[in-house]
Amino acid sequence: MSESQWLEVVERYLNGEMSGDELARFELLRAENAEVNNRVLEHRHFTGLIKQYGERLDLEKRLDDLHKEIDIHALKEELTIHPIWIVKLWRNHHSKISVAASIAIFAVLFTLFVTGYLTNRESKYEFLGLKIKQLESKVNRLNPHPVNTSNPGNYQGTGFAISSNGYIVTGYHVIRNADSVYVQNAEGKSFRAKIIYTEPQTDIAILEITDTSFVNLSPLPYDIKKTDGDIGENLFTLGYPRDVMVLGAGYLTASTGINSDNTSDSTTYQVSIPVNHGNSGGPLFDNKGNLIGIINARETHVEGAHFAVKSSFLLKAIQDIPSDSLKKTLNINSKNVLAGLNRVDQIKKLQNYVFMVKVYNQ
Amino acid sequence: MSSIPTDNEVILGILNNSESVLKRLYLAYFPMVLQLIINNNGNEDEAKDIYQEAIIILYNKIKAGDFELSSKLKTYIYSVCRRLWLKRLNQMNRYGGDIRDFQEYLTVDDETEKNNDRDIQFNKMGNALQLLGEPCKTIIEDFYIHNKSMQDICESFGYTNADNAKTQKYKCLQRLKKLFFQQK
Repeated sequence: MSESQWLEVVERYLNGEMSGDELARFELLRAENAEVNNRVLEHRHFTGLIKQYGERLDLEKRLDDLHKEIDIHALKEELTIHPIWIVKLWRNHHSKISVAASIAIFAVLFTLFVTGYLTNRESKYEFLGLKIKQLESKVNRLNPHPVNTSNPGNYQGTGFAISSNGYIVTGYHVIRNADSVYVQNAEGKSFRAKIIYTEPQTDIAILEITDTSFVNLSPLPYDIKKTDGDIGENLFTLGYPRDVMVLGAGYLTASTGINSDNTSDSTTYQVSIPVNHGNSGGPLFDNKGNLIGIINARETHVEGAHFAVKSSFLLKAIQDIPSDSLKKTLNINSKNVLAGLNRVDQIKKLQNYVFMVKVYNQ
Repeated sequence: MSSIPTDNEVILGILNNSESVLKRLYLAYFPMVLQLIINNNGNEDEAKDIYQEAIIILYNKIKAGDFELSSKLKTYIYSVCRRLWLKRLNQMNRYGGDIRDFQEYLTVDDETEKNNDRDIQFNKMGNALQLLGEPCKTIIEDFYIHNKSMQDICESFGYTNADNAKTQKYKCLQRLKKLFFQQK
């Protein structure tokens, strides 16, 4: 049996064209002969592959035919995620846009160059600078600088006389750190003064006018009150918060002041008088013209409240001055001549005894 | 006729060789796949290739009787196409590591791997048939693919003797096997 005949037999068998005896014999042969069996299986596999290959081609052709029915172009348009218009514009026209921008920049630079904007700036500034210098020199010629101006002092407070021979009281914090101290009277005359005694705990300082141009004052019109004032008493003070003497009036609002740690301070009163830093050290008088305290205008942590050192502590401080610090006798006045006068006359009499305290330090 | 077929309709239709169901299936899900491909660095021709490959996978699976509908058919097709497209992108070095998705998807590595083996066999067969040349190619195709009888083949090729035709066919088949197995 030739190979081609053998093939025909196998194919008839695989196609189910055998029957009866022939089929039985072939199946027996397959079962007994492994080589025959393998060839049958191999043939079946290979022709099966050809068949499947054909089916695949057929399926692909059918799918291709179906595909032709789809309007791909329209579908594609619809399904593509389109970038926003500005991105599209850039993608489609970026070269044109770049060229346009470059031309615009060159045009601007060229225009600036041609109009001289870029080159003439500096000389204009120089010209202006020159003009200003000329004006300055003219102004200087018209307005010669004063040769020496009086130094207004680094710090300013108020003080008042406690004797006619030049002892002055002010606040300790006014003259603290002072290199030199001057006092100036209501007429504007300045006198050199020396610190002779300080009491930081009650904020009292006592000065002595040492200036030779100082002539003794007339006897003091007020006395220093030994007892405490009462709440509600009308009070007034004179001081130098500015370059001129300023009156401040108010009343006594509490018999004690407040320390920074919120405890009562029995050395001071709380007063309601509008005062500024320059009032510090100023005298506080009651209605009758008795001195009842010294203004202490340091910043406080209580809104609207100011304090004044009680006059009894001033008297104590005066007694505590070491006797060798006193070059002149310090007689405390105990006669008050202001009690019957109205406020205007009281102030006329008092103003010569209230001084501006000017402090100089480096 | 152009309505989307239900999943059961598709399975029954393919098992019964229904041309209309295949058409409705094909038309129903192509836009989804086109959307996936053209928005992920592909063009419409690549979308067609990928989609047809997925339909063939589905078709063969149904025909083989081992298709179990564990998810929606739509999700299955999308997942297979997504997997195939990722593979294609990787081969072309066009894959940026990220893909823009439009549907839920499943992991379907198995399906595409099996199909790949079969494709290799079919490619070999196609090449072998091309190399075989005429008249062998037509004889083999007519007999083994189109199931024509030797009698018909005899007549169309003008063989005077059926035995001659059989001998010719045998020789052709031997050469085809040789060409097929020679390929690597």
